[in-house]
Amino acid sequence: MSFEPKNTAVKWVEDRLPIMGMLHHALYEYPTPKNLSYWWTFGSLAGVVLVIQIVTGIVLAMHYTPHVDMAFNSVEHIMRDVNYGWLMRYMHANGASMFFIVVYLHMFRGLYYGSYKAPRELLWWLGLVIFLLMMATAFMGYVLPWGQMSFWGATVITNLFSAIPVVGESIVSWLWGGFSVDNPTLNRFFSLHYLLPFVIVGVVILHIWALHTNGSNNPTGIEIKDGQDSIPFHPYYTVKDLFGLAIFLIFFSAFLFYAPNYMGHPDNYIPADPLVTPVHIVPEWYFLPFYAILRAVPDKLGGVLLMFGAIAVLFALPWLDKSRVRSARFRPIYKQVFWVFVLVCVALTYMGAQSADGNMVEFRGMVPVEINGVVQMKDGVVLMEEGITFALSNVLVSQLLTAYYFLHLLVLLPMIGLFERPRPLPASIAEDVLAKSPAKEEASNA
Amino acid sequence: MTTTTPGEEDGVKRRDFLYVAAGGLGAVGTAAAIWPFISQMNPSADVLALSTTEVDLEGIEVGSEITTVWQGKPVFVRHRTGEEIKKAEDVVVAELPDPEPDADRVIKPEWLVMIGVCTHLGCVPVKEQGEYDGWFCPCHGSHYDTSGRIRKGPAPLNLAIPPYEFLDDSNIKIG
Ligand code: HEM
Ligand code: FES
Repeated sequence: MSFEPKNTAVKWVEDRLPIMGMLHHALYEYPTPKNLSYWWTFGSLAGVVLVIQIVTGIVLAMHYTPHVDMAFNSVEHIMRDVNYGWLMRYMHANGASMFFIVVYLHMFRGLYYGSYKAPRELLWWLGLVIFLLMMATAFMGYVLPWGQMSFWGATVITNLFSAIPVVGESIVSWLWGGFSVDNPTLNRFFSLHYLLPFVIVGVVILHIWALHTNGSNNPTGIEIKDGQDSIPFHPYYTVKDLFGLAIFLIFFSAFLFYAPNYMGHPDNYIPADPLVTPVHIVPEWYFLPFYAILRAVPDKLGGVLLMFGAIAVLFALPWLDKSRVRSARFRPIYKQVFWVFVLVCVALTYMGAQSADGNMVEFRGMVPVEINGVVQMKDGVVLMEEGITFALSNVLVSQLLTAYYFLHLLVLLPMIGLFERPRPLPASIAEDVLAKSPAKEEASNA
Repeated sequence: MTTTTPGEEDGVKRRDFLYVAAGGLGAVGTAAAIWPFISQMNPSADVLALSTTEVDLEGIEVGSEITTVWQGKPVFVRHRTGEEIKKAEDVVVAELPDPEPDADRVIKPEWLVMIGVCTHLGCVPVKEQGEYDGWFCPCHGSHYDTSGRIRKGPAPLNLAIPPYEFLDDSNIKIG
């Protein structure tokens, strides 16, 4: 059913700018698989969080001052003096974390159901571009309150570019606008932090355009064949997404009102001091897996390359995965390996927060006394002292996890696709839905 | 029937030339227009105006150090002990990750002046710590010796020595 406006005013606009028709098409005519689970809610949730970030961000910008002498105090002013300022800032700061939670789940959904495979490669790429832009935006936003973590996070991350041979140092001073992170840096980060979310909006529009070109993937991973397989987006998925949103807002509010600083770092309530680095600097939780990969490599350039490589390989995923079956539901081996991969990503996140020179596991006992690598003897007996007999260092654990991360994407994924025997696919989405409906089960049990 | 220009006979159309010339000029013009937008992000004139910092060494006792600021960066000025100097000099230079004899890093051995910025990712190392009793960077675990040379960890280079000179026995000018 195409859009034929009855109202003359609407018709007048429609003849000049067919915007209502476009929305009508997206809501009523765009056929959506009838079997989408709640894993498909995270896309619309991400959109809602983006709007929350933009609205609260614009409000914060009305009270914030991007100057090294005033930034920290202006954020405190927002927290203490501005009406509901505390709410705006906590919504914005926790909203950033929520954004990443939602987007990470959205991405793992794509990994599980093979949503990146043809014909959705560009859709996947646009998603990764959004992810990169989000990381840049969140990083620069975190610098704005100009606390200790803001300053040292900015220093460490911008210095990553100094690893580039020859031009590295010039790039870093270009990014800083000086010889260290300073006022010019803060000013430009504020400007870009304001801009990038709107760039994200633009890419989101492309992302949805690409989505609507081939339609949503679904838990079976097979395409819609006829009207039996699909339902209109509205009201079915608007309602489902609204319910998902309600649950999500409860989760968000729990942090917002009961633990607003849980995901932040106390050191960021200390004003930036360019002369003293906090003893234990960690990035925001959503960067930890990549930070762990960076630190796993003892070489500066190598670490930086591997860290960026961890995201770059995701672009190649549609070609690395050799299986013609999309959904892990029908892929007995991939399904298990997928969960191992999820665990490895969680473990990398954990490792990113651990100290660089500590040990994960440590056994203590008596060990020979050594001085300059020479075992000390006295009267023909080896001298012993209390010490570490066996240790698994944080660095080694991170290295193993990093190796597995790349092993999964570069080796396991292509190999499994070639050797695995997928389970038989249902003939259609409708058939799959009916096969699982309780009515059918009861009937067959009777 | 189409008429041909003489140029077409040897394979080059006048139009091809115009395309390349116009396109080339357009590209150069665009690049020239973009450049100011890139260059504006580089350090501005006031930041560049080479600042200098003077340090009075009088109050710095043997075995202690002060941190001063030059170009927005911390600079360590350490009054080294005889033991620290000996340790720094007794190293087999060729075996260092960034080989440099201690003598090349100081004007007077008892005064070590260097930029307190870890050559890994820019944190400020902590004094009198790490496996070589020099400096230790807490961020990703780089160990520097009593000459500020990198010995262990991800940092690739020794702590940098800023340009400085002795104004007299107890005053230096950095920059
Ligand atoms: C993609 C969407 C966005 C993300 C992920 C994001 C993320 C962040 C983060 C992580 C912070 C630091 C919060 C803190 O610890 O205090 C921040 C601060 C800030 N953001 Fe955003 N932001 C987004 C959009 C915006 C927009 C559109 C504006 C509009 C100007 C804005 C303005 C600000 C301001 C003024 C601050 C400093 C005040 C503060 O630190 O609370 N943000 N942002
Ligand atoms: S910044 Fe010093 S070790 Fe990384």
